[in-house]
Amino acid sequence: MAKDINDFYEEDTQKGKFLTFGIGREVYGLEISVVTEIISIQKITEMPEVPEYIKGIINLRGKIIPVMDVRLRFKKAFREYNERTCIIVVQMHELAIGFIVDDVSEVIFMEDDQIVAKPDIKSAQNQYIKNIGKVGDEIKLILDCEKMLDADDEVFLMELK
Amino acid sequence: MEPMLEMFIFETNQNLEQLELITMNSEKNGTFSSEEINDIFRIMHTIKGSSAMMLVNEVATLAHSIEDIFFYMRENKPENVECSTLTDIILDSADFIKEEISKLEAGKLADASASLLSESTKVFLTELKVSNGDIAQEKTPKKPAKNQQYYIAAEKTSDEAEELNVFYAVIKYKENCEMENIRAYTVMNSMQDVVKEIYCLPDNILEDDDTAFEIRKNGFNIWFTTKKSYEEIHNLLEKTIFLQELTVKQLAGVEECDFWPVKKAVIKEVVLDDVPVKPILVAKKSEGHDAHQTMISVNVDKLDVLMDLVGELVIAEAMVTQNPELAGLELKSFHKASRQLKKISSELQDGVMSIRMVPLSGTFQKMNRIVRDMSKKLNKQVELVLVGEETEVDKNVIEHISDPLMHLIRNSLDHGIEVPEERVKNGKNTIGKITLEAKNAGNEVVINIVDDGQGLNRDKILKRARENNLIYKSEAELTDKEIYSFIFAPGFSTKEKVTEFSGRGVGMDVVMKNINAVGGTILVNSEPGKGSIITLKIPLTLAIIAGMTVKVGNASYTIPIVSIRESFRPIEQNIIHDPDGSEMIMVRGQCYPIVRLHKIYNISTEVTDFTKGIIIMVETEKMTIGIFADQLIGQQQIVVKPVPIYIKNISSIAGITGCTLLGDGNISLILDAVGLMSKI
Repeated sequence: MAKDINDFYEEDTQKGKFLTFGIGREVYGLEISVVTEIISIQKITEMPEVPEYIKGIINLRGKIIPVMDVRLRFKKAFREYNERTCIIVVQMHELAIGFIVDDVSEVIFMEDDQIVAKPDIKSAQNQYIKNIGKVGDEIKLILDCEKMLDADDEVFLMELK
Repeated sequence: MEPMLEMFIFETNQNLEQLELITMNSEKNGTFSSEEINDIFRIMHTIKGSSAMMLVNEVATLAHSIEDIFFYMRENKPENVECSTLTDIILDSADFIKEEISKLEAGKLADASASLLSESTKVFLTELKVSNGDIAQEKTPKKPAKNQQYYIAAEKTSDEAEELNVFYAVIKYKENCEMENIRAYTVMNSMQDVVKEIYCLPDNILEDDDTAFEIRKNGFNIWFTTKKSYEEIHNLLEKTIFLQELTVKQLAGVEECDFWPVKKAVIKEVVLDDVPVKPILVAKKSEGHDAHQTMISVNVDKLDVLMDLVGELVIAEAMVTQNPELAGLELKSFHKASRQLKKISSELQDGVMSIRMVPLSGTFQKMNRIVRDMSKKLNKQVELVLVGEETEVDKNVIEHISDPLMHLIRNSLDHGIEVPEERVKNGKNTIGKITLEAKNAGNEVVINIVDDGQGLNRDKILKRARENNLIYKSEAELTDKEIYSFIFAPGFSTKEKVTEFSGRGVGMDVVMKNINAVGGTILVNSEPGKGSIITLKIPLTLAIIAGMTVKVGNASYTIPIVSIRESFRPIEQNIIHDPDGSEMIMVRGQCYPIVRLHKIYNISTEVTDFTKGIIIMVETEKMTIGIFADQLIGQQQIVVKPVPIYIKNISSIAGITGCTLLGDGNISLILDAVGLMSKI
């Protein structure tokens, strides 16, 4: 019972909160409940035979987790990592993975009515977007984590060629 | 799992193991020594008590009936005991209990009925009594086993002058608490220390399970004399588990008791003076027995966490002591302190490793049982000699080798050892001998299974191999060892007749698979007519292995030392290029394929010329290959970590079994020779 209440409050405090980060000029949002931590870019060990957007694995305090370059996942051009580059560590179900992003900005709060469905445009980038949030004049693209992790065979096959 | 249940399972399993050991030892000697009788009695008693507590009634009843036998044997020291029948009964019962315990462990209900076993136990006891003439003598005061008053005398010399209070108490148990007689017995035990004399009704609570119904109906009546006051007694009895109702009455004297037996001084001496019944349930916590008390059971998960932490500590330490910012600085005391740190952390690592190490003796002892059962069934006489059973291996490894060992022992017994007549004909001792020997060899444990049987039949194996199309090169070229190793091929069996134990052809390949799964290898050798020897080489632990780290471009890879045969810088003349582009290396007249790591894993490196880099020869069961890398970094103990699941899901990355952290915090990928072969 007590646990349920705790879960309820925990859920509640995290609801509507998004971690925003930038890729190029766009600003993306990620539900705060899946984010475990943000670390600066560190040495990545390359893995053979994986899609290009999987940059390899990193040592996160003894735990080995894979890292994905979100830029490459969205089929944008690769950009050299710099001191602004961050790895957002995401824990989904049993799986931990790091997303490499250009920079991390802030945690914002969005009401349900600020979030609208995404327009029906087919593009590589669009399929990873769940919905769109509006804060003032700004647009935040809310990321669909599950989709990010799906190994889409099409892309995979292309890269193998 | 409930901690109480977990403890019960753990304890009972330990007790059963000990029971088997004692029983088999007695069978070997052909007699039960009084010490062994006491031990078995104690074990059965503990099992009975604790399983009644856990409401596993069938087990409790069975344990009870065995306890009866040993109670009788302890008290009356009968001369004619059918040792092998008795061991059969005990071992069968132990099997039954084990079965039930494993059901509980799997979260199921222990629901099998032990009535058949209990029945045969009771029959045995009766026969035992008849054959020793005790049933006829039962009425003589010296043998009061059956209809004697149950009571416990705390002190031998009763001080008549002492002022004693006399009490009468009735204990009623809650409904459905079951095994009331056992619970009543625990009450008797707990009272033992405070009372002078105690009598109870129903009296034969231990011998007769029907008394449970009586207690359920009428309550458990006790009369006793003690120095304690009414309050003290009341408080003591109040603590009884499952107590429903308690009445304690103080009586003016013994005369007032409805049930006070006439003095039976003779019986008093016979029953409890020399061997006091140990208050097992009560005293177990405080007193413990044998080595059990010094052992604790720990969840392996906790040890894994500890192991991980130590791994991180070692890396963190390297990060501090080898920090690049320290380079070139004169830091005398810093280096002294860091050396100390290194020493402690490496000792800590050894310590944590050693926690996970378990001696092989448990696994080895199990083989005793198999040899015993099988030789009885097959009418062979076999002696099993265990050597080096104290050798320790990682817990995970033990779990993997228990089954293979069992298979191998069975095979030796079934196929290897001949029947006694044939052994005599061949001028051998009628008793066959199987030696199970373990020893440490560096980072490996070597286990030899040696039998002095007929040995492997080379021609038969060859014939079978031909039939199954297993021969891959000309028969003349096959060495004896290669021929013998065919027995590990799937579906291979030369035994014409399938027996209960072996001959189905499954088994040996499973053995091979299981041993390979823990990174071990098997070798067979045999001499016709003299016997055969099977050698298992098993790594000490799965979690930490010795690895050689190599560099390719910016990446580092680790190769398990066990599979490395040699490494060298090749010279141009020994490299062979064949027309379709594959490369080979000639080593001492033999030709081996080469795998270029940078090529198969697409790594950019400046070292592409063989003579600039290094070739590491890696050996597996099937073949040997050369792995080409830029340079060797060095050998170190590595902690094996799995490749992240996500990566495994999207790609099969052939040739990589795991990853590991190097001293500088970098990750190195562990190469798997078998997987690399598929790259050729």
